Amino acid sequence: MTVPALVPGAVVLDETVAARAPWSAIVAAGDVLTIVDIEGNQAVDCLLYAAADTAVRYSAQETIARQGRIALTTGSVLRADTGLALMTVVDDEVGVHDTLGGACSKESNTLRYGQHTRAQHGCMENFLIEGARYGLGARDLASNINWFMNVPVDPDGALGIVDGLSAPDKRVALRADVDTLVLVSNCPQINNPCNAFHPTPVRMIVTRPGGQA
Amino acid sequence: MHLTIARSGEPVTSDVMSTTATTAGAKAHARAQHGRMADLMRHVPASTSPIPPEDVRTEQLVWSETVAAGGYTTAVMARGTRIRLSDPDGNACAHLLLHRVDGPHERLNVADTVKVPWRAYLGTGHPLLSGFGRVLATIVADTSAAHDALAGTTTQSGNEAKYGAAAPESGSPAGRELFLLGALKHGLGRRDLPPSVSFFKGVRVTPDGSLVWEGSAGPGTAVDLLLHIDAIVLLANTAHPLDPRPEFTCSPLRVQAWAAPGDLDALNAGDLVGPLEPEHRQAVANTDADLVARGVL
Repeated sequence: MTVPALVPGAVVLDETVAARAPWSAIVAAGDVLTIVDIEGNQAVDCLLYAAADTAVRYSAQETIARQGRIALTTGSVLRADTGLALMTVVDDEVGVHDTLGGACSKESNTLRYGQHTRAQHGCMENFLIEGARYGLGARDLASNINWFMNVPVDPDGALGIVDGLSAPDKRVALRADVDTLVLVSNCPQINNPCNAFHPTPVRMIVTRPGGQA
Repeated sequence: MHLTIARSGEPVTSDVMSTTATTAGAKAHARAQHGRMADLMRHVPASTSPIPPEDVRTEQLVWSETVAAGGYTTAVMARGTRIRLSDPDGNACAHLLLHRVDGPHERLNVADTVKVPWRAYLGTGHPLLSGFGRVLATIVADTSAAHDALAGTTTQSGNEAKYGAAAPESGSPAGRELFLLGALKHGLGRRDLPPSVSFFKGVRVTPDGSLVWEGSAGPGTAVDLLLHIDAIVLLANTAHPLDPRPEFTCSPLRVQAWAAPGDLDALNAGDLVGPLEPEHRQAVANTDADLVARGVL
């Protein structure tokens, strides 16, 4: 617990997410969620839903089409598939966060790394079990954000998850523009560099700028 | 003397008897329209298609349709069906979603479709993957090479801001609204609309991560998809979200499909698009193992 939230304010919530575990919270409009990459290069898979209507959910495609750029950083507006602004990145100490790579799963592990990796825990498992607490299911999962993950596209179209650009205690801060359900999988992947081959904990801090907790 | 009601609500009289003033007249009027042809229509049965592909016998067709600019279409197609999407005039943009018929929560997963094959751009040999480690379709031919798996389709708020209208009945329908109508026809709804891919409008990524519009490869190109599972096919033909032209610009999309089960064997043997990449082979193996277990194969 060495670094504070990126945006000061009354602390509404301050929780550590264990390596490989799911997490969720509803962040009220105006509050700011700071995600701390405690040990560095830990992918944080993230889905967003309008708390008032979870059929309105984060759309990677609407988000990147509207900003004209594939990566997220300060100023990026995280939009729903209706175009609605759910959250806005208000501060960022890394500069690049992924919108394309989606979530790992037992099933896709078999395609990428072989059938022997099916038994491993994956982000889809985390999303499903945590989402089920809110009545969400497989239909509600779409392309997610990967905070702290680096997925370049080469000039020939080659795309892949490569070594991260994050480091211990790097942070990104998201302001909720509407009440937003934030669903997180602290990525358990051990077959590619998204977690530096070693999943680690992350910290979630929600602050209310100028407000009372 | 025949009494009608004018627009103002005032009764007026006419000496001309309307042909549709009676049920018999209305029925005859309706039935007289049967058998007419239009440029934009589905041909039923598909074997009556006036626009068959050169390499397919007309009687083989299971789907033949020309979709209007700003229109959508949907059909359930069997495993082994080869679907050809054509852009005769150069301004079609075919937004596509695929759902598995027997469990539509399994559907196109665009993230896995670009991540698993290590490739952001769609073209011949690219598998369209579900989120469950299986392949829904493979792109088996492509004379356009101008496609997009990144920017998705258009939305109501986006088209309203850009063109002033986005409703399906407007002159600039949003792709997501068209997808929703197609999905609703199958008992699906908003939650069943994941990210989509589109054909005939190229988008590329610059080294700094910016999306660049490359547009159409020109008139007369086509893309062939080969289905690995029974699928709900949703197609919306509407301008791409990154289309820089201020006026809504779109032209008709042609859809033709036929049973080609031998193509699956040829694909898997490496004889259709060359040897499959290892991730693609695994996806075929997972898909076929599931179908074997269900007694389908």
